[in-house]
Amino acid sequence: MRTPRLLALAAIGVLGGSLAACGGDDSSSSDSASGGPIVVKASDTACEVAATSANAGTSVFTITNGGNKITEFYVYAAGDRIMGEVENIAPGLSRDLHVELPAGSYETACKPGMIGKGLRAAFTVSGSAAPLTDDAKLADATASYSRYVKSQTEALLPKTEEFVTAVKGGDVEKAKALFPIARTYWERIEPVAEIFGDLDPKIDGREEVTEEGMAFTGFHRLEKDLWAATPDISKDGPIADELLTNVKEIVAKANAEKLSPLQLANGAKGLLDEVATGKITGEEDRYSHTDLWDFNANVEGSKAAIASLRPVLEERDAALVKTLDTEFANVDTTLAKYRDGDGWKLHNQLTQADLKSLSDAINALAEPISKVAAVVSQK
Amino acid sequence: MSFSWNVSRRRAIGLAGIGVVGAASVGAGVVQAFASETDNSVAFAGEHQAGIVTPAQDRLHFVAFDVITKDRARLISLLKDWTAAAARMTAGRDAGEIGAVNGVPEAPPDDTGEALGLPPANLTITVGFGRTLFRDADGRDRFGIAAQLPPALDELPHFPGDVLDAALSGGDLCVQACADDPQVAVHAIRNLARIGMGVVSVRWSQLGFGRTSSTSKAQATPRNLFGFKDGTANLKLEETGLLKEHLWVQPQDGPAWMTGGAYLVTRKIRMIIETWDRSSLAEQESIVGRHKGTGAPLGHTAEFDEPDPAALPEGSHVRLAHPSLNGGARLLRRGYNFVDGSDGLGRLDAGLFFMAYQRDPRKQFVPIQRNLARHDEMNEYLKAVSLGLFACPPGVSGNGDFWGSALLA
Repeated sequence: MRTPRLLALAAIGVLGGSLAACGGDDSSSSDSASGGPIVVKASDTACEVAATSANAGTSVFTITNGGNKITEFYVYAAGDRIMGEVENIAPGLSRDLHVELPAGSYETACKPGMIGKGLRAAFTVSGSAAPLTDDAKLADATASYSRYVKSQTEALLPKTEEFVTAVKGGDVEKAKALFPIARTYWERIEPVAEIFGDLDPKIDGREEVTEEGMAFTGFHRLEKDLWAATPDISKDGPIADELLTNVKEIVAKANAEKLSPLQLANGAKGLLDEVATGKITGEEDRYSHTDLWDFNANVEGSKAAIASLRPVLEERDAALVKTLDTEFANVDTTLAKYRDGDGWKLHNQLTQADLKSLSDAINALAEPISKVAAVVSQK
Repeated sequence: MSFSWNVSRRRAIGLAGIGVVGAASVGAGVVQAFASETDNSVAFAGEHQAGIVTPAQDRLHFVAFDVITKDRARLISLLKDWTAAAARMTAGRDAGEIGAVNGVPEAPPDDTGEALGLPPANLTITVGFGRTLFRDADGRDRFGIAAQLPPALDELPHFPGDVLDAALSGGDLCVQACADDPQVAVHAIRNLARIGMGVVSVRWSQLGFGRTSSTSKAQATPRNLFGFKDGTANLKLEETGLLKEHLWVQPQDGPAWMTGGAYLVTRKIRMIIETWDRSSLAEQESIVGRHKGTGAPLGHTAEFDEPDPAALPEGSHVRLAHPSLNGGARLLRRGYNFVDGSDGLGRLDAGLFFMAYQRDPRKQFVPIQRNLARHDEMNEYLKAVSLGLFACPPGVSGNGDFWGSALLA
């Protein structure tokens, strides 16, 4: 967490209005004209999508996870702009994705183990779609990002519940394993969470930022107890309960919040600032050293915000988009060196030279990203 | 309302409140022919880079960079951007075309702002290229310039007694910013580092708070942290014949792109000042070879009296560094005193950030330092921690030219 700088921005330039919710699990949407859902057979090594094209309108994908790893399913537009996604599909389960797709070229992707670029396939949508006006493009950007926030909160809640249950059940090993995973969904949308001033420190405050009269609670308090030399979480039940209560509250608030395009731009930059100040230094997860999970989640969240703005940015400053693509790819490549199975190396396993290369990559990305806000606010 | 580029930082801040947006725009990499400020600014363009024979300013911020891109075009683009920004800052202007306070509120300013209201302060910005820019550790030609590697940019030998910190040594590029105001020097380095993000990464940097050399006869000789006048026998701006012989790379030296340039050796020397301070005045003077008060060679009364090496103590610093014992080699020294706080043992982490410009280090710095490393009585009080060697190209000619253009264009 950090001081809620976005608070002041929340008041200005609020866009929104009657944006139709499209995508997500909105079961009221109608199927595509091609008739019936598109079946997706997902396994640990394959992603068989029954169709490679559809007509413009709402497409429905039915994803069945026949593998042993938890998977996700995405539909991406150019630049990995997420048009729709289903997170957290456990082995053996089936989930539907309703997603509204205008004519264009897309990619479908399964992500077994919830990591990497996923198993991709081309997906083409044809038919007519009215061109968007400038204002409509900005509205579309915030709608697109709202879908992202929704998808993340839909995974944050059950994962936090699992984590809290493990803590309350005294299962230290399980709680330790769940800690960085539950946090991933939190870290991806942290700039949104930070809008709600007092909740963020309660959920994600580090020990040194607790003010006088305020208890040290939330994720990091539980982290400290879980990673103690002799872990004792027998008295952490109330803290775990409070964490879940606060997460529920912030999820409700985050989904009700109408964000402005400027907030998206500043959020994309804010997430990289988080990486530069808290994750590179190992301050965020100082007991568990799972900082790279948060690092990656921050970068993914930043990428999602930029992806939502992409059509606007493409039109106004195509060179900047090209630079951002290059530098996001550079961050991903640099970070990928520290993959460890389905997770990441621990911060204290990295050398100073490793950390410097990560810092260089973030700086190279954050400088151009800091220019996005001015491009978005152009009249 | 239009905004003229002939507005200095001090005048620009007065205008800032009116919300002026920079109207004139110049292409990146173009050196603007700024109207000269009336006060204390140094000409940026010229045959040689400024900041070498320029009368040594009081303050230093020096930085060495690693180049982190593999893309030659990005390296060239950076050198163009740096040249343009350096020309502006040297003239007392903001680093970017828009400036610290004249842009749109949603954008981060293209100048960091801490020099607003400050004069040019004789700022000079000098750039050098390290050997590792040409070839990496595996000998690979990084940017298609390996054939242009000057023989004089040879790896420096190990000097007896040196325990160097690799993280504080070397570098692909260096930038020396000197100014009479420390904030102006820091501002210059900070903005160049920012412009370079994604292309270069700061490897190490050094602040110097006081000059230890004079590079002009108009300047008084300053003192180093041993309390002695330093640089009395330095090469000076006015000695054009000697500069040609000892400082500037000549056409016959090769490669052609270095003609008019010079080689810079940097050496961070920690001084063990607590033990030095406990040594007697006679011992201190005997180690240096000069009187502490006047700076005169031992046995003489005036600072600029010519020392007779044969009459000086065998292991004295002045004798061992004398040209007569080093094949006539001379250097243009431009070092600065530093204090980097304390060392955790209650001692000041202090010393001399030695910088010396020369025509060929193989014939100048290397033999002199070999001699000093073996015999200098002063070594008991010194500990070298970093070493660097950089090829500083000639100056930029003006519009369109950029640092290293003859090497990379």
